[in-house]
Amino acid sequence: MDTQENPQPDQPSSDARPVLEGPDIARVLTRIAHEIVERAKGADDVVLLGIPTRGVFLAQRLAAKLAEITDRKIPVGSLDITMYRDDLRMHPPRALARTEIPGDGLDGRLVVLVDDVLFSGRTIRAALDALNDIGRPRAVQLAVLVDRGHRELPIRADYVGKNLPTSLRETVKVQLAEEDGRDTVLLGAKRTARGAQH
Amino acid sequence: MQRHLISAADLTRDDAVLILDTAEEMARVADRPIKKLPTLRGRTVVNLFFEDSTRTRISFEAAEKRLSADVINFSAKGSSVSKGESLKDTAQTLEAMGVDAVVIRHGASGAPYRLATSGWIDAAVINAGDGTHQHPTQALLDAFTARRRLVGRDAGLGQDLSGRRITIVGDVLHSRVARSNVDLLHTLGAEVTLVAPPTLVPVGVETWPCDVSYDLDSTLAKSDAVMMLRVQRERMNAAFFPTEREYSRRYGLDGDRMARMPEHAIVMHPGPMVRGMEITAEVADSDRCTVVEQVANGVSIRMAVLYLLLGGNEPAVAHPSPTTTLASRRFAPTPAFRTTEEK
Amino acid sequence: MSKILIRGAKVLGGEPQDVLIDGAVIEAVGSGLSDEGAEVVEAGGKVLLPGLVDLHTHLREPGREDSETVLTGTRAAASGGYTAVFAMANTFPVADTAGVVEQVWRLGREHGYCDVQPIGAVTVGLEGKKLAELGAMHESAAGVTVFSDDGKCVDDAVIMRRALEYVKAFGGVVAQHAQEPRLTEGAQMNEGIVSAELGLGGWPAVAEESIIARDVLLAEHVGSRVHICHLSTAGSVEIVRWAKSRGIDVTAEVTPHHLLLTDELVRTYNPVYKVNPPLRTERDVLALREALADGTIDIVATDHAPHPHEDKDCEWAAAAMGMVGLETALSVVQETMVDTGLLDWAGVADRMSFKPAKIGQARDHGRPVSAGEPANLTLVDTAYRGSVDPAGFASRSRNTPYEGRELPGRVTHTWLRGKATLVDGKLT
Repeated sequence: MDTQENPQPDQPSSDARPVLEGPDIARVLTRIAHEIVERAKGADDVVLLGIPTRGVFLAQRLAAKLAEITDRKIPVGSLDITMYRDDLRMHPPRALARTEIPGDGLDGRLVVLVDDVLFSGRTIRAALDALNDIGRPRAVQLAVLVDRGHRELPIRADYVGKNLPTSLRETVKVQLAEEDGRDTVLLGAKRTARGAQH
Repeated sequence: MQRHLISAADLTRDDAVLILDTAEEMARVADRPIKKLPTLRGRTVVNLFFEDSTRTRISFEAAEKRLSADVINFSAKGSSVSKGESLKDTAQTLEAMGVDAVVIRHGASGAPYRLATSGWIDAAVINAGDGTHQHPTQALLDAFTARRRLVGRDAGLGQDLSGRRITIVGDVLHSRVARSNVDLLHTLGAEVTLVAPPTLVPVGVETWPCDVSYDLDSTLAKSDAVMMLRVQRERMNAAFFPTEREYSRRYGLDGDRMARMPEHAIVMHPGPMVRGMEITAEVADSDRCTVVEQVANGVSIRMAVLYLLLGGNEPAVAHPSPTTTLASRRFAPTPAFRTTEEK
Repeated sequence: MSKILIRGAKVLGGEPQDVLIDGAVIEAVGSGLSDEGAEVVEAGGKVLLPGLVDLHTHLREPGREDSETVLTGTRAAASGGYTAVFAMANTFPVADTAGVVEQVWRLGREHGYCDVQPIGAVTVGLEGKKLAELGAMHESAAGVTVFSDDGKCVDDAVIMRRALEYVKAFGGVVAQHAQEPRLTEGAQMNEGIVSAELGLGGWPAVAEESIIARDVLLAEHVGSRVHICHLSTAGSVEIVRWAKSRGIDVTAEVTPHHLLLTDELVRTYNPVYKVNPPLRTERDVLALREALADGTIDIVATDHAPHPHEDKDCEWAAAAMGMVGLETALSVVQETMVDTGLLDWAGVADRMSFKPAKIGQARDHGRPVSAGEPANLTLVDTAYRGSVDPAGFASRSRNTPYEGRELPGRVTHTWLRGKATLVDGKLT
């Protein structure tokens, strides 16, 4: 989820069309889980940190899949990046979400950040800053459900569910059962009035 | 919530719960190796204290520093500026230095309100205690402490204090803590009872959203929390009560009285305690007494307030507008925080 | 001095008539009077009243000329329709000697906008300890007949008793600022619901009422008369009503602001509403209006209390108490008493001119509008409505609680002994 470039996500515009459906999402998460195991050589020291809100649910789903594959419990937590955002002063204050670091901490671990949409990269920059204040991982990787392009910072994802070429006039909205009652990724037209903020 | 925090009465239930929830997240920062957030980087906050209050000042200072604000401490007490000129002149001097927020403690009731509404300065104003009027961050930290203890740390998130019975005991007349707490606890759904000798209850209290009792013993058994207010010994000389001994006997909290409280009930005190006067050492040092917790919670609450007032862009709501009609009761500010995450 | 014909004025609010002034005296009142040789003022249905008399004004000179002087204060008085004001004694130095009262009296005469009748202090330095030389002040050129420690209460019962007794020798009157000092230590506003919420020190009604009760009984006991300054509570009204029914020689005044404003305004913490006695509750306001209408309260007095800007541009507790009132008094009385139907214009003339002149023994003032009487008059456009703009005040101070408030009525002309001090709303 790249919050800064997606100001009106909760109500997808009426012409929004699904680009990923429930079974697709489950499939790509399974694939990402396998990739993590492969690249992390068994995922021994992996900690998954979801970025609220939907990144946390994705991280929990990934953890479950990793547990199936590796037969081990994979630590999963959440990392709220609100206080580290670079656009705080462009909006009214936001309610904070929970940062929950698994019991053994992050030092020396492979942290995989999990988010729903990768867009400008600013959320991930904030997440890296936040991580800096919490511990010193061995390495940090990034998993996203959708990469819609248009990066503004030198950031790329290590695991991508779907590359989705988009126009800046479009919005990408991820809906997950835990939060929204169903699994889907919607692509729609941006509402012009709100787009002016950016 | 407006851009200033002047009175606990200005907070809606949702504002207050948001502050408590935010403070709960802020409290977790204290458990981290690096107890600092970059949120207020580049913002300047001045602690403008016209009255001595080391504990309130350092609590605000700790909160400001944890949020990376630049902090200026200005103790106006004892400065040569004559009374009356000092507030306006001092505030304008500070504003000229580019201050984003003023945390003010002042002996005159209404001084923060004047500062916020007189057009003297543009900075946000946070009331850190004014005369016998209000001390909103104290009430917030008290509510936070009560919610943690009575509802639960995580279970309390999003919750208010509906149905909790809180008894406030002592010098209500001279207490900004009592006024703030009555306003806020009522907003949060708690049932508040004030207990004091009749001399220490203000004329006009009958319109407050609480009960008043002159008998401590009859309230103890039905209290989820008992908040003891400091009673200054000097009050005795102004005939508010006959002797210290008589006050303690009728209104002090000792071990016997504490034993008559429900098992889950807590004892709160805004500090500094006058041991032997309103509270015995036995009670003050017991597990049920939250006075040390309240101090720690004060930093979290003040971080939350600072973040919610200063963390965003220009406030969506303008200054509170003074009312000038016969009938109006409150300044009625409008809540402006977004309670849902904007994405 | 040439003649002036005021044509078509509703004298005391009655049918339109012409009033001819010759020199310092009213020559004739009637219909169709000749304008030969006379300057004509077309009244066009405005109300003509006897020049107003204020028994309670603070002119601040000597000592606080930064807030008001005799000149600026009397110009403000003329603007408000007044031809005589009684200047309170709490100047620096205090008006407690013949020298000070004569100086103030002479300044008023020299400026010529409004007669200034000094009030002498009851006690030396307003300290409540030792009687001032009341006789000497009475015998001075100023001819002081009203004595008051206003700003402070003569709280010592023995001193009050002696003062009431002593002034009988020359027919003087003691005007009491009724405020029990111990009950009002640290008082900042009316004690009640609002003070409890705002955390401002309370000024209880009983602090006023207990002194009034004591003083009417003292006046009865020693067979003197007493005047109560700025009565502000419903309870005080009851006590004065009782005293009058008993035949006690008591008179009382109410200020315009206590007829209109309540302590709810203090919620703004704006010190422009800080005044002593404080603004009370709506119940008090209604009782005061009723008492003024039925004569329990005899007069309206402004308690015009100028303060420089900096004394009000601060936090409440540090601010000075008091409001200016000369230039808005008649409008407030119209708003609260006339437009509400409680008092007609003859009643206004009685409460704002006849009675105060009588209490203060200002012999040339408060006279009927009829032939042979001194031409002290004021003409009021009662149909006017407008918002109060302190920038237009003649007073040196601007501490009015009515800024921006719409009020009815506007004084257009004032004549002091036939000489115009205000013409078409402009000072001469």
